[in-house]
Amino acid sequence: MAHSRANLIVLQVLVAVLAIGLWHVLTATDVLPPFFFSTPVDVFSRVVKWFVEGTIWRHLWVTLVESVLAFVLGSAAGALVGFWFARKPYLAAVLDPYVKMINALPRVVLAPIFALWLGLGIWSKVALGVTLVFFVVFFNVYQGVKEVSHTVLANARMLGMSERQLMRHVYWPSALSWMFSSLHTSVGFAVVGAVVGEYLGSAAGLGYLIQQAEGVFDVAGVFAGMFVLAVFVLAIDGLVSAVERRLLVWRPLAAETRA
Amino acid sequence: MVQAASLTANAGSRGNGSAVALDAVTISFRFADGSAYTAVEHATLAVADGEFVSIVGPTGCGKTTLLNVAAGLLAPSAGRTTIFGTPLGSLNARAGYLFQAEALFPWKTAVENVAIGLDVAGVPAREARARAENWLTRVGLQGFASRYPHMLSGGQRKRVGLAQVLIRDPKILLMDEPFGPLDAQTRQIMGNLLLDLWNADRKAVLFVTHDLEEAIALSDRVVIMSAGPAARILGEWRVALPRPRDIAEVKLEPAFRDLHREIWHVLKTEVLKGYAQTGGG
Repeated sequence: MAHSRANLIVLQVLVAVLAIGLWHVLTATDVLPPFFFSTPVDVFSRVVKWFVEGTIWRHLWVTLVESVLAFVLGSAAGALVGFWFARKPYLAAVLDPYVKMINALPRVVLAPIFALWLGLGIWSKVALGVTLVFFVVFFNVYQGVKEVSHTVLANARMLGMSERQLMRHVYWPSALSWMFSSLHTSVGFAVVGAVVGEYLGSAAGLGYLIQQAEGVFDVAGVFAGMFVLAVFVLAIDGLVSAVERRLLVWRPLAAETRA
Repeated sequence: MVQAASLTANAGSRGNGSAVALDAVTISFRFADGSAYTAVEHATLAVADGEFVSIVGPTGCGKTTLLNVAAGLLAPSAGRTTIFGTPLGSLNARAGYLFQAEALFPWKTAVENVAIGLDVAGVPAREARARAENWLTRVGLQGFASRYPHMLSGGQRKRVGLAQVLIRDPKILLMDEPFGPLDAQTRQIMGNLLLDLWNADRKAVLFVTHDLEEAIALSDRVVIMSAGPAARILGEWRVALPRPRDIAEVKLEPAFRDLHREIWHVLKTEVLKGYAQTGGG
């Protein structure tokens, strides 16, 4: 009984209450100077003000559009190239060191280049997100095609499948299942790409909001931006979980995430 | 005496009427380090149309390898495979193969798994589904059509597999220890189901197992293989027990026990050799 769902939620809320309470006490007693740490009340009223005045919606919209575009384009490219590589092992072997090299590169360093090439609008952020999402999806689809069970494959052949039918009925579902199992990671990376891109140079978005507040030592603004961003990411994550439950209905266990 | 029995059986089943004929088939594998391993040496075996033949041998003797050659999944290093008199060049399109390991498509429901063989052959989707549902009923799985494989028990998955293969109406049925991982009772039930389905249209069956009792109870003829490497066919015995048979009852008949004793006498030495080589694994 102690582990019921209601108890869990109560405990989860309690953690937040304790943390915020501690923060409030420490800043109210000046143990932590409010200039550097702001106060819960300031942060909260800032968030309320953004929503009441409606200024936040434009930024949320921009970040959402960038994230969605980065996710869709990155996933499509990753799936196609992953599939292609898995079906052409020699090509994969030739390009392997370059794939590893680009994947090892911290993508943040590309942000200024993208800004230079694509300007300060949304496309430089989308490009940054794509470079992050691409590799997650690419590796998963590649693995998914490679790890089709030999028995299932032999069975498909014996049941009379042509090469094209194998693609459709065996390789593609297997690759998709791996891709879906990495959905949380790739969606998360799409948001990271968008926000980091905004932070490094833009005129709108949650990253821009946080960066602007930082520029004028407005700690309450920074924290408020982080709070809105966290809720935004949680909402998207919840959506992904719902989609995942529908798509992976044939899977016995909770999907494993591969980064 | 054993030798004589095997020779006459061989002579009788070879010839043009054979559904599957393996002629002096040798299968070797070459490894990356250059060493070679001969799994099966000089195996000659024929299955007549409508005949149920079992291959029995100790673990690791290359039974599955031989079956893969008959399926066209593996090309022999030497020797010939003929299917209804035609040399086999690529995949054996007239054979259905029931695998030992899980071979169902995990992302398809039971009925989709059964219907897939018709779908890929261009049968209209509605007809394929109707026929698949009919087959699920025949293997005793009505009401399980929309389950995914992981929601079914091991025995139920084997039933789906059987329906998946039989719906295409192959003239030859290749079975690789299909009931191996099942418990004793389920094996018996599955064996009887197989015999019932087989009785309906008498396909040529090549059935691989390590279980001699199962082999005798099911088959018209039992082929014994020696322990690997370079496994050979040691001999074959005709099973003259009347059909239709019930797996549980046929094992109680004196003729069954006599035959079992006779074959086991030969098989035992090979099983012990096999254990000595694989360390009992």
